[in-house]
Amino acid sequence: MIDWGSPIGWLLITFGQIAAVLVWILLSLAFLLLADRKVWAGVMMRKGPNVVGPFGLFQSFADFLKFVFKEVIIPAGADKVIFLLAPLISFTLAFGAWAVMPLAPGWVVANINVGILYLFAISSLGVYGIIMGGWASNSKYPFLGGLRSAAQMVSYEVSIGFVIITVILLSGSLNLQTIVEKQAGGFWHWNVLGGAGLKGLPAALVMFPMAVIFFISALAETNRPPFDLPEAESELVAGYQVEYSSTPYLLFMIGEYTNIVLMCGMIAVLFFGGWQAPFPTPFTASWDPTAASFFGFMWFFLKIIIIFFLFAMVKAIVPRYRYDQLMRLGWKVFLPTSLVAVILVSAWRVFGPGA
Amino acid sequence: MVLQAIAFYLLAATTVAAGLAVITARNPVHSVLFLITAFFSAAGLFVLMGAEFLAMILVVVYVGAVAVLFLFVVMMLDVDFVALREGFARYLPIGAAIAGVMTVEMIFVAVSVASTGAAAGSVGPAGNVGSVSNAEAIGRVLYTDYVYFFQAAGLVLLVAMIGAIVLTLKHREGVRRQDVSRQTARTTATGMRVVSIKSGEGIDE
Repeated sequence: MIDWGSPIGWLLITFGQIAAVLVWILLSLAFLLLADRKVWAGVMMRKGPNVVGPFGLFQSFADFLKFVFKEVIIPAGADKVIFLLAPLISFTLAFGAWAVMPLAPGWVVANINVGILYLFAISSLGVYGIIMGGWASNSKYPFLGGLRSAAQMVSYEVSIGFVIITVILLSGSLNLQTIVEKQAGGFWHWNVLGGAGLKGLPAALVMFPMAVIFFISALAETNRPPFDLPEAESELVAGYQVEYSSTPYLLFMIGEYTNIVLMCGMIAVLFFGGWQAPFPTPFTASWDPTAASFFGFMWFFLKIIIIFFLFAMVKAIVPRYRYDQLMRLGWKVFLPTSLVAVILVSAWRVFGPGA
Repeated sequence: MVLQAIAFYLLAATTVAAGLAVITARNPVHSVLFLITAFFSAAGLFVLMGAEFLAMILVVVYVGAVAVLFLFVVMMLDVDFVALREGFARYLPIGAAIAGVMTVEMIFVAVSVASTGAAAGSVGPAGNVGSVSNAEAIGRVLYTDYVYFFQAAGLVLLVAMIGAIVLTLKHREGVRRQDVSRQTARTTATGMRVVSIKSGEGIDE
């Protein structure tokens, strides 16, 4: 029998946890991808994928197999190593970020002190996959896509950073699990509504707009429509993905969708109480810890799905931004607004009732 | 402990190897990518020392923002590699002088660390002291003891930012600019007028 307290046992347990999270993400991704397409189709009054399996439920798996069995084509002028490294980086970073995501009470692979900074750091690295892919393709459209993406992601990171600071100020912690625990006791304790129950409600005047800004910046950060300029098909064919085929393309796509789900998770954790139920849950105290964790996990998953639905609706409804409008929104609207919000929230923490 | 030692040697070797590759790589884009690798492994070393806050800030600021812009600029350079190597002999003396100065500096730092720093057994600056995490510890000294230095650093950065904007801002004449507030304020009443035109005459405007 293995001694679970020994370094080897710890290693095995950690690998098991990582595998469980990976399998969960990949499986939910397959169906979220289908849901995305179904929502998109519904808005356009189409049926969407409906051939493979009942209601087209296995469409994502069919697509997966199709991508895997196609030939990998590397352009002759491409920088081969970087060309193949780029999708790998996208993919790995997207999954690496999930290490600190608190999925349920006590369910987190790495409960580190600076979890929120880790998430921010990893999501800001995501741009490398895109720039490297765009440059290594040695072709004009991918290169333009890569440049656009670099400017866009760096711009919106700034406002995301400031919004995260407002949440840190409210929670007083950089640990994601602590941030979620502080939002216990019903939806009026969530950070989007001030994070301190009824007496914290005035802070919702600042925090609700912050949640909206975070949502929009998350769209830009993940290159989702209406900010999908790096792959704008009407101008750049498919941007940085033009030269990619088969499995490398699949890695890019999975990485992109994992990042989107990660952003949904971040919004849920930072503003909507993570795994907290929207009502007080004193009854779970007497439950088995595993059952209580499942209960919390269910809420977290539900919140991710609801926010993902919003992402899908935005993709279907909002037309694409022009590039200068995108930059104007990021630098001239979101940056000053979030900067003022940081000052307001700091003042609220010092002079408000929660001080 | 063994695991930590393995991680340390792995990260340290990667940092040094990537640093060497930065200056030996032929392609400047590869150089920048190696530089990023070096930054990233250095962040890993910070984590090993228990300074996780610094590590994350290093990744956010240097890898996530500064190096992206670096890469952005280098990718757009049209570098002629032959011309690049031509000036090697000409710049060798000044390059060697700078390298010499830096080597001496590094030796001084290494000697002082070995005699008074962490290697001599004194407590390192990082690490979690009791229940206070190092992010909190940094915050406590940064906004109390070093608040004037902190403000001064902020001021320097602000001046640099304004300077960069002033240097690049050009107001050319005759360029039509988009004024979003004017566009959205435009209504049917202000944007359109109805005229009745006599047939065959047109409007003289």
